[in-house]
Amino acid sequence: MRECDVLVVGAGGAGLVAALNAHKAGAKVKIITKEYPTRSQTSMAQGGMNAALGNAGEDSVEAHIANTLKAAAGLGDEEMVTYMCQEAPKAVEWLNSIGVCFSRTEESKIAQRRLGGASAARACYAKDYTGLKILHTLYDRVLACEIEVLNERYLLNYITNVDEKGKKYIGGATFLNIRTGEVEVHESASVIVATGGYSRIYHKHSTNSSASTGDGIAAAIRAGARLSDMEFIQFHPTALKNSSILISESARGAGGHLLNSKGERFTNELAPRDEVARAIDAEIKKGEEIFLDIRHLGEHFIDEELPQERKLAKLYEGVDPVHELIPIKPAAHYTMGGIEVDNTSQTVIKGLFACGECANHKVHGANRLGGNSLLEIVVFGAQAGESAAEYSKDFHMPIDASLQRRRDENFIRGVKYFTNQIDFYQKREFIGNIFYNNVGIAREDMGLKAVLGAIRQIQKELPFMGPKDKSKHYNTNLVEFIEFGNMVELSEIVLVCAISRNESRGAHYRSDIPQANDIAYKAHTIVWKEDGVLCADFME
Amino acid sequence: MKIEIKRYTTEPEERSALITYEIDEKAQTLLEALNYIKTKLDPSLSFSSGCRSSVCGSCAVLVNGKETLACSHKIKEGDVIEPLKNMPILRDLVVDSQVAYEFNKKAKAWQSSHAKTQTLTIEDEKRNEVQSDCILCSSCFSACPVYSVNGSFLGPFALTRVWRYVSDARESEEQSKIENIQTNGIWDCTLCNECTIACPQGISSKGDIEKLRSKSAMHGFMDPNFAQSFGGGFSGGFGFDGSPAF
Ligand SMILES: Cc1cc2nc3c(=O)[nH]c(=O)nc-3n(C[C@H](O)[C@H](O)[C@H](O)COP(=O)(O)OP(=O)(O)OC[C@H]3O[C@@H](n4cnc5c(N)ncnc54)[C@H](O)[C@@H]3O)c2cc1C
Ligand code: SF4
Ligand code: SF4
Ligand code: FES
Repeated sequence: MRECDVLVVGAGGAGLVAALNAHKAGAKVKIITKEYPTRSQTSMAQGGMNAALGNAGEDSVEAHIANTLKAAAGLGDEEMVTYMCQEAPKAVEWLNSIGVCFSRTEESKIAQRRLGGASAARACYAKDYTGLKILHTLYDRVLACEIEVLNERYLLNYITNVDEKGKKYIGGATFLNIRTGEVEVHESASVIVATGGYSRIYHKHSTNSSASTGDGIAAAIRAGARLSDMEFIQFHPTALKNSSILISESARGAGGHLLNSKGERFTNELAPRDEVARAIDAEIKKGEEIFLDIRHLGEHFIDEELPQERKLAKLYEGVDPVHELIPIKPAAHYTMGGIEVDNTSQTVIKGLFACGECANHKVHGANRLGGNSLLEIVVFGAQAGESAAEYSKDFHMPIDASLQRRRDENFIRGVKYFTNQIDFYQKREFIGNIFYNNVGIAREDMGLKAVLGAIRQIQKELPFMGPKDKSKHYNTNLVEFIEFGNMVELSEIVLVCAISRNESRGAHYRSDIPQANDIAYKAHTIVWKEDGVLCADFME
Repeated sequence: MKIEIKRYTTEPEERSALITYEIDEKAQTLLEALNYIKTKLDPSLSFSSGCRSSVCGSCAVLVNGKETLACSHKIKEGDVIEPLKNMPILRDLVVDSQVAYEFNKKAKAWQSSHAKTQTLTIEDEKRNEVQSDCILCSSCFSACPVYSVNGSFLGPFALTRVWRYVSDARESEEQSKIENIQTNGIWDCTLCNECTIACPQGISSKGDIEKLRSKSAMHGFMDPNFAQSFGGGFSGGFGFDGSPAF
């Protein structure tokens, strides 16, 4: 039985905005997440959300478009970027209208600050808690609208059926109820995927939440959707060395220095993110250790402007930045690639929509500007919500979930009998390390191919892994194993794309081919599966 | 280094025990220690986490009886780790947070309608700046002693959230918001301040409840306990002969 019109999977900023807009358009909406909404990674965003409001000096939508396209390095879709930047002021206005506590200026306007790559102070912020305050306010709005939210349910697969013309359409999704251990089927006329990115492939070398395992993207390609630009992964230059926790760009913006083991500065700290990350990476590969030095900014300034940074450095690295150097390294921060969507946020599967970091609306292209992803989740979250509501109005097709249900029930039952001769936690760490070293900031053909070999081997070994914990209720060992499976699936895709792209562009830097090649590669990498076999191509 | 963790499971039968683990000295935070146990010693250990940087509110537990975020606590020899209180335990350190979050719904902790105004002064902003820092970690909920006597009490974070919206210049229907928190709400709090002590974000729900009380008075609501001792005449507190009635 179809229980709702729009099923939203994932309850970060993108999912909640989509749900609110679908609800507003009159659809019956249900949100399902593997955590609780307010625990989503969106809570971690500090810097801000871009909109050319011009509240802190002159700015224009045109400048926002130009900056975004420049960072995208030839892979930004002009139509989509223009739409996003034009919608930005409205998006901020809407957030303000539902009660988001933005920081304000003396003139009682929303305060804005300048982030890297922007020609003006364009990022609206709420102290260092921009994402937190946006996410919580959205959640409160969802409660006000009485939208149903189901927590602690893990997306396994989408349910698809085929119409008389042989075209696939969506019919809902299957979930593992983490609490009961049972497989649940949720039928729906349409599904919006908003499950976030896949930076956790880099494991301990990522700034992301442990939930960013790319589940919704892996399920999408399994169901027959297409993914694009998966090789583009942004590294943030300054994360704490041991924990990869983000040290905000403002530390460098305020005059922080980057030093190597000899105490020498080796790069312009204010260059774009990818340049700084590459400079650091090159030093590390020479055997240097890298430090961020903010001692000269003084205790007063640090306590006023960078209190979180001081706290986290003390806690995780055991150093006090007021008196000591902070050990840092670049870490995987944002995944530009994702589920391929059209200009209504729909995938090639009818009724399957995607938004947020899991989707590729081609607004970030080869590199994302800081502050554009919070913007993206609001603008395209709204679009996905409206599109899905519209689509489901005319949906009268039968839904048959029996096959998918049987498959997933068998899988959940069967996976507990996997032999456990190989520890998947060790492999997870291993993949993180080889990805960081070979599929990270600087890549070259040989290294990429070696990692691909290792990943294919791990794919074969999966049946010898599996959860050690065999219990039914709240089995996080099982959940982490399924997440691991999804990451292995996406790892192969990232590698195939990175190997095919024989050039350097944006965040994809090939040390063996350091130039861009517009004639061959100014195009999007598209991947899909045919009878389980991975196919890749370039498309304008 | 050794720490002790309270384990709880329902399979194959309901059991609970305090188990000692030997932790790698490299683990700095409790969350790292928990991950170390899960990936190296015992994969069945269950706990929640997300951001590792004290902002997602997933990882609150009791450390030596005190509410603490696992990701912001440096472990010490002999630390005893238990799940939060006042919520049913699902497994090991995982509690049913839905029970706590439901109170946001009951308290109607949101803005009544879309606001038209775009301008807010810095002063407006400061009024609920700290309250809107809440990460919904439920630490205050766990620390609040009122639940043992009244399971319907709206509780600290939900009331803080009501204050966060009521005090916002964009809220247009203060009256109904205030009315909604009169029963099982602000007057049931004993002002014991346990919530303030437990909060990792420097929020004082007690303080917010006091502010809501004065706002309520301005809207013509009265402390029902207080009102009763007057309105109830002789039956309210003292026996006819003046001796305390129990
Ligand atoms: C430290 C940090 C700082 C950042 N700062 C900024 C910034 O200043 N400005 C900016 O614009 N961007 C910033 N970003 C990026 C931005 O925060 C993210 O891109 C954005 O929040 C993604 O939102 P989302 O809704 O797409 O996904 P998420 O917020 O990641 O939410 C994903 C949701 O999907 C759910 N989910 C995942 N898998 C499953 C499954 N299998 N089943 C069910 N549910 C599932 C999760 O539980 C979660 O609810 C930052 C990111 C990080 C890590
Ligand atoms: S002050 Fe009130 S809300 Fe806070 S813990 Fe005490 S009784 Fe609970
Ligand atoms: S008020 Fe403080 S203790 Fe309570 S849920 Fe919010 S952050 Fe946690
Ligand atoms: S892991 Fe997010 S608050 Fe501790």
